[in-house]
Amino acid sequence: MKLSLRLLACLFASASLAASAAPLGRDDAQHLLNRAGFGARAADVADYSGLSRDAAVARLLGETPREAASPIPAELADYVSPGRIRQLSDEERRELQRRTGIALRRWWVDTLFAAQSPAEQLRERMTLFWHNHFVSSVQKVKSARLMLEQNRLLRRHALGRFDELLHAVAKNPAMVVYLDAATSRRGSPNENFAREVMELFTLGEGNYGEQDIKEAARAFTGWSIDPATGEFRWRPIAHDDGFKTVLGVSGNLDGDAVLDILLAQPQTAELLTRKLWREFVSPTPDEREVKRIAGRLRAFGYDMRVALRELLLGSAFWAEANRQSLVKSPVDFVVGSFNTLGMEPPDTAALAGLLRQLGQDLFAPPNVRGWPGGEAWINSSTLLARKQMAERLLRREGREDLRQAMLDPAYQLK
Amino acid sequence: MKRRDFLGGISAAGLLGLMPGLLPAVALAAGASPYRRLLILVELKGGNDGLNTVVPYTDPNYYALRPRIAIPAGEVLPLGEGHGLHPALQPLLPLWQARELAVIHGLGYPKPNLSHFRSIEIWDTASRSDEYLQQGWLARSFLGRPLPAGFAADAVVVGSQDMGPFSGGGRVVALSNPEQFACLARLAQEGGGRGSGALAHIRRVESDIVSAATKLSAPASGFALRSEFPQSGFGTAVRTACQVLGSGAEVAVLRLSLAGFDTHQNQPGVHARLLGQLAEGLAALRSALIELTLWDRTLVLSYAEFGRRPRENQSNGTDHGTANVHFALGGAVRGGLYGEAPDLARLDADGNLAHTVDFRRLYATVLERWWGMESASVLGARFEPLAFVV
Repeated sequence: MKLSLRLLACLFASASLAASAAPLGRDDAQHLLNRAGFGARAADVADYSGLSRDAAVARLLGETPREAASPIPAELADYVSPGRIRQLSDEERRELQRRTGIALRRWWVDTLFAAQSPAEQLRERMTLFWHNHFVSSVQKVKSARLMLEQNRLLRRHALGRFDELLHAVAKNPAMVVYLDAATSRRGSPNENFAREVMELFTLGEGNYGEQDIKEAARAFTGWSIDPATGEFRWRPIAHDDGFKTVLGVSGNLDGDAVLDILLAQPQTAELLTRKLWREFVSPTPDEREVKRIAGRLRAFGYDMRVALRELLLGSAFWAEANRQSLVKSPVDFVVGSFNTLGMEPPDTAALAGLLRQLGQDLFAPPNVRGWPGGEAWINSSTLLARKQMAERLLRREGREDLRQAMLDPAYQLK
Repeated sequence: MKRRDFLGGISAAGLLGLMPGLLPAVALAAGASPYRRLLILVELKGGNDGLNTVVPYTDPNYYALRPRIAIPAGEVLPLGEGHGLHPALQPLLPLWQARELAVIHGLGYPKPNLSHFRSIEIWDTASRSDEYLQQGWLARSFLGRPLPAGFAADAVVVGSQDMGPFSGGGRVVALSNPEQFACLARLAQEGGGRGSGALAHIRRVESDIVSAATKLSAPASGFALRSEFPQSGFGTAVRTACQVLGSGAEVAVLRLSLAGFDTHQNQPGVHARLLGQLAEGLAALRSALIELTLWDRTLVLSYAEFGRRPRENQSNGTDHGTANVHFALGGAVRGGLYGEAPDLARLDADGNLAHTVDFRRLYATVLERWWGMESASVLGARFEPLAFVV
């Protein structure tokens, strides 16, 4: 009995080994690149065809520069403090928000197009993934410069360690403003950040109690920003250094200690793995695989490359049933279409506006849960706006064959 | 405080079930569908602060809990029983005086959840706090009792992307501009919901577009509304809703939303502005629906994920709360105060209000009283309708 089990295990292992050593066909390369980046470019499909799955995924997960390839626009060069904003007239203030808001969004669209290699595109996909995980919105933060800095932070950690990212993003000025930590103080803590960090960033609903939130909110008091410089500031006077208990761990906990408690829970890696599964593999995570991959993610110090490697080499990723099972996000649709067609993007500020119309206003997700994604991307108004883009783009180019293909419902899938 | 629920202990739907003669006449007309009475939902996204909307201005506890952000007693618009409207709601006073505005206190559910997303999901799916349902309550109604084929769509969502109570069923169209919608719809393909998963969803949306567009594209003989609409985003959404209705296209439900009620910080100015937009928009809605002779068969209901914490926070704002007050408006609405305002002296362990009226009674009122249908199959159990619809 024991022997036959071991034999079976060996057979399975060698079967999956064989699959990952077999060379990628064009369809396989396209599938991998569409999921890892934004619209496979013809030259990259040719490059990746013929590689083994292992080799292709290793190449995707290779090191890339950790900064955006597009330069920071002049409009975002300076941080404008609330004090300076208060001195402006209403009209000047609106104009500042408008101008910097457009520059900010255009910069990100430029950055998406500037990602040359598939590995850089994966870095960009993960940056966007983190934006939708650690949500902040320029509409509340009201500083394009702080949002830009948050975006750079997400990019630097895009394929790094989740625990480091969590600690860093929790003290990121845009996040501190977005979830009201800046105004939370000893004696009357604001619960917003404490709640969302448990519900959305780590454990997930149902894995903590209201009391945990109250205690954690006390621990996070004192994390603030210096409004004059826009930098994180620790304010010991506002911090509640009393005794607290979060998820059964007691002590004079501070914010970092609470984050470590949350990182020590298995649910955190599982929530993350489930979310990555929906991003890369299919709309329906396989719970056994989720548990296995989450276990490895924790065992390897929350190294995101470990989880991505497991997901991209897993049999579910390559299964026929899961191909074309994900709905393209607006960024997939817009950026991906230009990449796949090999067309130069026109005015990227206009494309940022189009993304907003399609339901993905960069730097301004609808609420702290982010864009729900999947089928929710497609409703009657967003679907018509997608078709309108295809129509305008290809009618001008006189490409009737492509126009028909892009109007087909299946074009919305990847 | 006194209960103003006129029903007492008698189950109205029980009576109706035994005596079909009491069903609303419109539902019994030959071939008529119950959905011919219109429902307009107004979602106050972020969790409106009910205590500063309908203010308990005679309760000293209210002023003790909110030393900085309370509405001064001298500024509220009194409704009776110690409650008054926020001054920014002035445009609603004529409706109150015409007894077309019902104020329902204490709406909530047991074991309240303080997360925006989970709590609005509970409201949208009409679930219990510990129950996870996939379909919205109106989606379940549309699927259980389909609309007549002649309707342009089951529901129209104006100016928002999320499907809320329509998730997972029914023919729902989201639009911001009806003319543009009709013009673009020719790019959609009639293909039915073939295929599986996401592809089936996309094909269904295409079919819904095609069928809605054919009906919305004929604005009833160039009908132009004389009513004026406020310049705000909400005012624009109200105008769009009225254009849809003015085209003569039939729909069962329209949903509008007004966002920004998550007032953790500096609440007073933001909240006054939002309530002003809401009240002006609703007054314009009434005026346009009277013009379209629809006001007497329209029920407008507000809802939100939760109310806000009675005690103000350190940032001149309020944190997430529980029970809340909501409005019902319409020509056929019996105006007045309903439910029971939660006791500010008896807050729960989190310092929040205890609800007094289950929110599913609101939905039971829509299903049973407004549409004349049974409600238990949609709501999972029987909930007593409220008396603001006779």
